Amino acid sequence: MWRFVGYRLLQAIPVLLVVITVTFFLVRAAPGGPFSSEKAVIPEVKAALEAQYGLNLTLFQQYTSYLSDLTKGDLGPSFKYPGRSVNELIAAGFPVTAELGFYALLVALSIGGVAGIIASLRPNTAQDYIPMSAAMIGICMPSFLLGPILILVFGIYLEWLPVSGWGDIPGDKILPAVTLGSTYAAYVARLSRAGMLEVMSQDYIRTARAKGLPEWQVVTRHALRGGLIPVVAFLGPAFAGLLSGSFVVETIFQIPGLGRFYVQAAFNRDYTMILGATVFLATLIVVFNLLSDILAAWMNPRLRAQFAEQ
Amino acid sequence: MTTPVIANIIEAEQGTSLWQDAWLRLSRNRLALFGLAVLVLFILIATLTPWIAPYSYTQHNLDLGATPPSAAHWLGTDIFGRDMLTQIMYGGRISLAVGFIATAVALLIGITWGAIAGYAGGRVDAVMMRMVDIIYALPFMIFIVLLMVVFGRNMLLLFLAIGAVEWLTMARIMRSQVQSLRQQEFVEAAISLGLSPATIVRRHLIPNALGPIIVYTTLTIPSVMLLEAFLSFLGLGVQPPQTSWGLLISFGAESMEEYPWLLLYPGIAMTLTLFSLNFLGDGLRDALDVRGAKD
Amino acid sequence: MRLSALRILLLLIPGLFLAACGSGESNVVQGNRAGILHFGNGTEPQGLDPHVVTGIPEMNIVNALFEGLAVKNPYTLEPEPGVAQSWDISADGLTITFHLNPEAKWSNGDPITAEDFVWSWRRALNPAMGNQYAYMLYPLVNAEAFATGQLDDFADVGVAALDEHTLQVRLNAPTPYFIQLMDHHSTFPVHRPTIEKHGKSTDRFTRWTRVENIVGNGAFRLKDWQLNRRLVVEKSDTYWDSDRVQLNGIVYYPTENTSSEERMFRVGQLHYTQTIPLDKIPVYRAKEDSPYVNAPYIGTYYYLLNINEPPLNDVRVRQALAMTVDRDRLTSTVLHGSNVPAYSITPPGTLGYQPPTLFGYDVEKARQLLAEAGYPNGEGWPGLELTYNTSEAHLKIAVALQQMWKDALNIDVTLANQEWKVYLDSVDQMNFQMARRGWIGDYVDPNNFLDLFLCGGGNNSTGFCDPVFDDMIQQQAPRAKTREERYAIFDAAETRLMEQMPIIPIYTYTSNHLIHPSVQGVPSNLMDSVNFRYVSLENELGVIE
Repeated sequence: MWRFVGYRLLQAIPVLLVVITVTFFLVRAAPGGPFSSEKAVIPEVKAALEAQYGLNLTLFQQYTSYLSDLTKGDLGPSFKYPGRSVNELIAAGFPVTAELGFYALLVALSIGGVAGIIASLRPNTAQDYIPMSAAMIGICMPSFLLGPILILVFGIYLEWLPVSGWGDIPGDKILPAVTLGSTYAAYVARLSRAGMLEVMSQDYIRTARAKGLPEWQVVTRHALRGGLIPVVAFLGPAFAGLLSGSFVVETIFQIPGLGRFYVQAAFNRDYTMILGATVFLATLIVVFNLLSDILAAWMNPRLRAQFAEQ
Repeated sequence: MTTPVIANIIEAEQGTSLWQDAWLRLSRNRLALFGLAVLVLFILIATLTPWIAPYSYTQHNLDLGATPPSAAHWLGTDIFGRDMLTQIMYGGRISLAVGFIATAVALLIGITWGAIAGYAGGRVDAVMMRMVDIIYALPFMIFIVLLMVVFGRNMLLLFLAIGAVEWLTMARIMRSQVQSLRQQEFVEAAISLGLSPATIVRRHLIPNALGPIIVYTTLTIPSVMLLEAFLSFLGLGVQPPQTSWGLLISFGAESMEEYPWLLLYPGIAMTLTLFSLNFLGDGLRDALDVRGAKD
Repeated sequence: MRLSALRILLLLIPGLFLAACGSGESNVVQGNRAGILHFGNGTEPQGLDPHVVTGIPEMNIVNALFEGLAVKNPYTLEPEPGVAQSWDISADGLTITFHLNPEAKWSNGDPITAEDFVWSWRRALNPAMGNQYAYMLYPLVNAEAFATGQLDDFADVGVAALDEHTLQVRLNAPTPYFIQLMDHHSTFPVHRPTIEKHGKSTDRFTRWTRVENIVGNGAFRLKDWQLNRRLVVEKSDTYWDSDRVQLNGIVYYPTENTSSEERMFRVGQLHYTQTIPLDKIPVYRAKEDSPYVNAPYIGTYYYLLNINEPPLNDVRVRQALAMTVDRDRLTSTVLHGSNVPAYSITPPGTLGYQPPTLFGYDVEKARQLLAEAGYPNGEGWPGLELTYNTSEAHLKIAVALQQMWKDALNIDVTLANQEWKVYLDSVDQMNFQMARRGWIGDYVDPNNFLDLFLCGGGNNSTGFCDPVFDDMIQQQAPRAKTREERYAIFDAAETRLMEQMPIIPIYTYTSNHLIHPSVQGVPSNLMDSVNFRYVSLENELGVIE
């Protein structure tokens, strides 16, 4: 088990190195630089700007100096926000996005998981169709649509909840969490229903039933663990996706999260910020994929045995 | 569900093939049939649109502007005074094509990749899955912008770009399925019989992992349609006066209070497609699940 | 996953929801009582260093935190005293002497001296600074040479401190708009000890503008700055004119999504919005006591034509395209009457200047011109691509025009939207046939629009080059004795320009804001400039319905 974790963490090093290298050259190859603006910048000014940020060095020099700074944990200064370091921007944005992502995942798991499990117990009946259709609404409704609709209904017409902000007015975290979570609820519902159906037909479930266990115990004690494996496999990338995909929700609700910084950085060609956020996100993806693999292994008895042997 | 199941067993034991068997069971699932019918209808309409659309999709009537549904324009008009029904019909052509083709690309890559990684295990698995991690982490937007600069704007690129991101999750799901199936007796039996890995993957693993894949596919198609709208904002994808459901919905969302019909009808078209896909997907899944059917 | 885990999850969700309810009073009600203005500011400010920032959101904040020699009266746009109490202009117009207000202080209590300005302008012009608005000071003798590195000794630049409170500037040529420039942030003074404490004077990225460090000289001081959330300023008691400042503070919100901004305004979270979504205009206009404010703005929206490339290398084609844009119909329908049709590059009424109108909407003449150019009824048309940056408004205009050209001339124009930086790159490299462009004046003077089209100008982007035009703008106009004479030269120059039609003017910008009725002292003006010294809030007016 620990060997497996250690092995995977070792694998993370080449992964991150490749991500950094590809991203580094990718962003510099993209048209338009960090200092291009609508009003033409005179050559002298442009040269001065580039000198201030070391862009006058050769690409390779920039790359090695970036790597050496990175080993010290320094992600460099932001190009877009003079006076701010990338570390600082990430430190400001990440906790907010992580909190939003966590609530969204809770929403997704509770709505989607419950709908999927209920539906799987009586496939192809009303008990299947109704919860599944409800969960599916989330996927027909992308965030840019669901967000404004929820705001209009609960924020403006009913005046129950704030229309924007994060932690400023009580209750302002609800609508963003629901908006972001409901897209994923549909996935969770579909995956858990399918996974459950798969498991319910397995021999060990039949054995459990044959032993005379009540149906709900069969489900909770035996089926859930196997049935939710596909959901767990999906959770790792989903959480990483929530972090980068929360941009739309963060913009609609004026939330000061990392997603907004990241996408703005890409639009602004804020080289250091794009790189910094990508490295950060890549680390998270590696960690969460690892976590979801461990969790999936733990839930799957056969794989668990294999792990224990390793 | 007892009687049809018994009938199935009898038929299955009479030696019908897996696919005939599946079709038979699918045809007994009314919702799945409904889903299939709607999809066929939409595809038919999309194919015939240039001949059956009530209006030209480019013709403006700026003075008319956005009007609610009326006898002349059943689904209303947009801010340029263009007929919404026509817009939705033409939009469907693009959206359905993008949805199906790009998803097919993603499926093909994702399933192959995931199956190989999951089956091979060990070092091959590690390298392949870390590559997936890498692609996940790259800044997608910059990647698209670069693709456009290098290759210019074209539809083929659109499919590739979408396929390139959507296959990743597919690969992960496929891998985790194959990994757990691999441990099962029938696969071990197949290995001991000396079947080649390719045969085992194709004959035993992929068919058995189809359930979650079908489900995920039905979810991928709508998200691909919406992704297309986002790519259009980056400059890839369709350009006006061409349109797509994703674009119609994102523009409709901007003025949902003033002109709700601009959002409602494209939204309905897309939702109907999605629900149909899901019903069909569920039906297919149930129909193909041999063990489930014999339960 | 055991049931217990599931149960915990289920219990957490209602907890999230229960934290809701009872949102209390709106920002506007609270703000009106406490004298705090809630201001939708468009985007997160990139920074607060007056010699670094470039955008309007930054300007809105920097103008509250700093003050130049003169400020603009928001009603008349005429200069009025800022740090300088008064100024004398010599008879030849080449020397201006500013008399600084002895009461003017930095927010840490230090007096502001003439030497502060000399040092600040040296910093603003220093080539190492990379100040994009350094050209605001180019009217000074030798300023351009210093800023471009051709001159090393700042002593030769036309600015000097005669004594502690007297600043003298020498100009290259009489510059009627020079006093106006003193209200632009690139000419603002900055506090030398603070900047030097936190790094080199020309470093762009030091921490001197942080809440805990910054020293300014404006009517307000920085109180709180939370990235992408809000920036708060409070009234400064060291400001020389603080008795006249009525607001106790301003809260700036980075409202980059205009729909979100409008919704925040609707529920009373904002007093003032940066803009309004196009489709909301008719809704707000129909309201009684409408908070919608629409006024001319000194800017022009136009299409650049790359005159080096066929088919646009033929002036007749360019004219035909310009004549078949039905601007009246465009502005009255798609734009909901929010903008004014434009037929020239200079906005009409720029300090009394009326640009020439050489053409109008004329389909017949356009068809004839196109036929003469070799494309009768669009036959043989090689195609034309219109490039624009992604935005709903640009898209709507492009789609409308695409069809107008098809209807009038039977020619196909394809659209190509590009992501912002890609678009900037295309325009900069002249890698386009026709491209959308907008220009907002830095100061109120026709010169600011016409000098865009000098040969090889950085913002020309069309390939237009006419030595006679250049001579009129660069040599003749600055020497003009009277305003009439100067405007006559501009008129002749603009006529030459528009005969060649390197651009298709489409509309003159307007400023579009939602302003809560309790907000006083925010008159509409051509520069869309808010002078927060004049702003006050009336308490009695509640939330608008």
